[in-house]
Amino acid sequence: MMIYLDHNATTPVHPDVVEALLPFLQGKFGNPSSIHWAGRAVKGAVEEAREQVAALAGCEPAEVVFTSTGTEADNMAIKGAASALGGGGNHIVTTQVEHPAVANCCLYLESLGFEVTRVPVDRDGLLDLERLEAAVTDRTILISAMAANNETGVLFPVREIGEIAARRRVPFHCDGVQAAGKVPLSVRDDGISFLSLSGHKLYAPKGIGALVVRRGVKCQPLIHGGSQERNRRGGTENVAGIVAFGRACAIAKETMNDEMGRLKGLRDRLEAGILARISGARVNGHRELRLPTTANITIPGVEADSLLMALDLEGIAASSGSACSSGTLKLSPVLAAMGRTPGEARGSVRFSLGRGNTDQEIDRVLAVLPAIVARLRGES
Amino acid sequence: MTEKNRKRIVVAMSGGVDSSVTAALLKEEGHEVIGISMQVWDYSKFTARGGEKFDTCCSLDDIHDARRVAEQIGIPFYVVNFEEEFQRLVIDDFVDEYFRGRTPNPCVRCNQRVKFQLLLQKARELGADFLATGHYARIERGGDGLFHLLRGDDPGKDQSYFLFTLTQEQLARVIFPLGGMTKPEVRQQAARFGLRVAEKGESQEICFVPDNDYVRFLEEERGKGRLAGEIVDRAGNVLGRHGGTYRYTVGQRRGLGIAHPHPLYVVGVDAERRQVIVGPKEELSALGLAAADVTWVIPPAAETVEAACKIRYRHHPVPCTVTVLPGSRAEVRFREPERSVTPGQAVVFYHGDEVLGGGWIDAAVTGN
Repeated sequence: MMIYLDHNATTPVHPDVVEALLPFLQGKFGNPSSIHWAGRAVKGAVEEAREQVAALAGCEPAEVVFTSTGTEADNMAIKGAASALGGGGNHIVTTQVEHPAVANCCLYLESLGFEVTRVPVDRDGLLDLERLEAAVTDRTILISAMAANNETGVLFPVREIGEIAARRRVPFHCDGVQAAGKVPLSVRDDGISFLSLSGHKLYAPKGIGALVVRRGVKCQPLIHGGSQERNRRGGTENVAGIVAFGRACAIAKETMNDEMGRLKGLRDRLEAGILARISGARVNGHRELRLPTTANITIPGVEADSLLMALDLEGIAASSGSACSSGTLKLSPVLAAMGRTPGEARGSVRFSLGRGNTDQEIDRVLAVLPAIVARLRGES
Repeated sequence: MTEKNRKRIVVAMSGGVDSSVTAALLKEEGHEVIGISMQVWDYSKFTARGGEKFDTCCSLDDIHDARRVAEQIGIPFYVVNFEEEFQRLVIDDFVDEYFRGRTPNPCVRCNQRVKFQLLLQKARELGADFLATGHYARIERGGDGLFHLLRGDDPGKDQSYFLFTLTQEQLARVIFPLGGMTKPEVRQQAARFGLRVAEKGESQEICFVPDNDYVRFLEEERGKGRLAGEIVDRAGNVLGRHGGTYRYTVGQRRGLGIAHPHPLYVVGVDAERRQVIVGPKEELSALGLAAADVTWVIPPAAETVEAACKIRYRHHPVPCTVTVLPGSRAEVRFREPERSVTPGQAVVFYHGDEVLGGGWIDAAVTGN
């Protein structure tokens, strides 16, 4: 039995999404910018997809800019805001637990002379809003905070951050890559200026993402070129990817309530089972204010990389929540920011659930995990 | 193969021909094979001169090769990160030894402290019966119930010297499938399996010094200009100056920069006095050596052991008498005087093809 519990890394493409995108690989090849029949045949599909993404994100279709990835969307928001607004200030407020796509953009801007304040989180991974607001100065050009943490699933209070941003008249970039399709998000209602999205986290293929740029918010393009995406992102559109992304957003919006209820049930059973069977195991992140799909668990006395290998040999795919480019383990800055010791972080694994997972799979994990942990602890 | 004979075996894969063939052979025999590469060194730290590309035993390119070979032969493959441990257990020791006036052997240290310690531990954690490597050496279980470590069958490739620290417990859990093969045979096997690395060249000796410029490496680790001092002869006459004792090793002839009527060799390095001691070739000669941290694969039966010893990897074993001393020490007397006994190198004791044990050279014995 192959069991996939790493949906925060990526998801399998939904069969309906595959069906929706295939015509754009097999016959509908046109360039949406073209005036002729071939272009027309795809232009409408791109715009329909834009509407579907907008519906999930709670924004206007015209505010959706398709990008290659969530990382590109983060780069565009942060660097684009910095180059558009840099004249009016040089300060960015972000958090200690952002995804590398945000964290490393901020580091880069720091190297160019920007100042960055990284607001800490508490032991549960929650953000202190008072500290966030106190960090904002009259030189602040952007607040960047994620909606849901990729490693722990902990949710930040997006609407409250949006209110602070509005009150202080600072644009708010929200990395919504992990949250979209799992918890409700609304650019309009939450006061978001920029929202980053990624297709492959919600059952679309890799290589498609989007940045929602709220009407009236200043942002320079990251990729200069033709007039695609209303001059905000050059390059011929990834039509099949865009169509797939749109369809995936539509499915997510439609199924979110039921599916998230089901997955929360499975996740909670997995967590409770692990805590009951493995001595010393602890859940990382606030127990309620979390994605319903993510379980980040510290298992004292084991090394996560050994545990992940041993699980893989049983056909179970999980993750340590943070991997460097060569595929080897590095300690998680997210868990460090939550006050975990290096030893605790080293023994932490992430299970992230998705639409394919079943009760039987959870049973199987709970059946094999204790023996693996016992072996790693040298108890067997 | 019966289920009973089918073992779970972790293969230490470096991306080279030897470990790739090791994995392919075990897989072909029907075992459950798991490939693991150790990432021990962050190559982005290394600034290549002229931007040339380095091929060494554990660079990211080699991990990539190992991964592709594992895919090709159809086995799971993982990378374990031992950077921190490798720095602490191998590199720091390497640097410290040079700054103590000694010439270290990091490959033995890596085998002793990383490969057959930490990686073997990982293999056990994964429920593996054995750890296999591509070393040219053999392990045989004798009628005495002991595991015997033997030279590889290819005399030009034998790597038993690097393995002398292995204990009975380790030998029971380690296999060397290439021990009975020659390098050309291994290359033939690589070609038979159609392995992408069949034509790949040999790796260099020190994986973390890819350009072999160990002096530059030491100075990048600890800074330039330390331990600079005098070049003297045995009588104490100052013949010149040098830029750091760590730049010199016993037996070295080049790079002294001294005009002298007869050829001069480094015959000693004294880090405390910051002196490099030079002399004629005859002064390189030693009657024996003192060894520390001596370990035995096969515990010696008596206080003195007649053996043959290798005092560096590329050295033909020479007859000697080993006297076992308390505190894991030993004194070695050569039957004939030997040149270039180098503190910091390993001395390995053989009986025929068998490794009896070994230790680390502390000093040459020159007097009576």
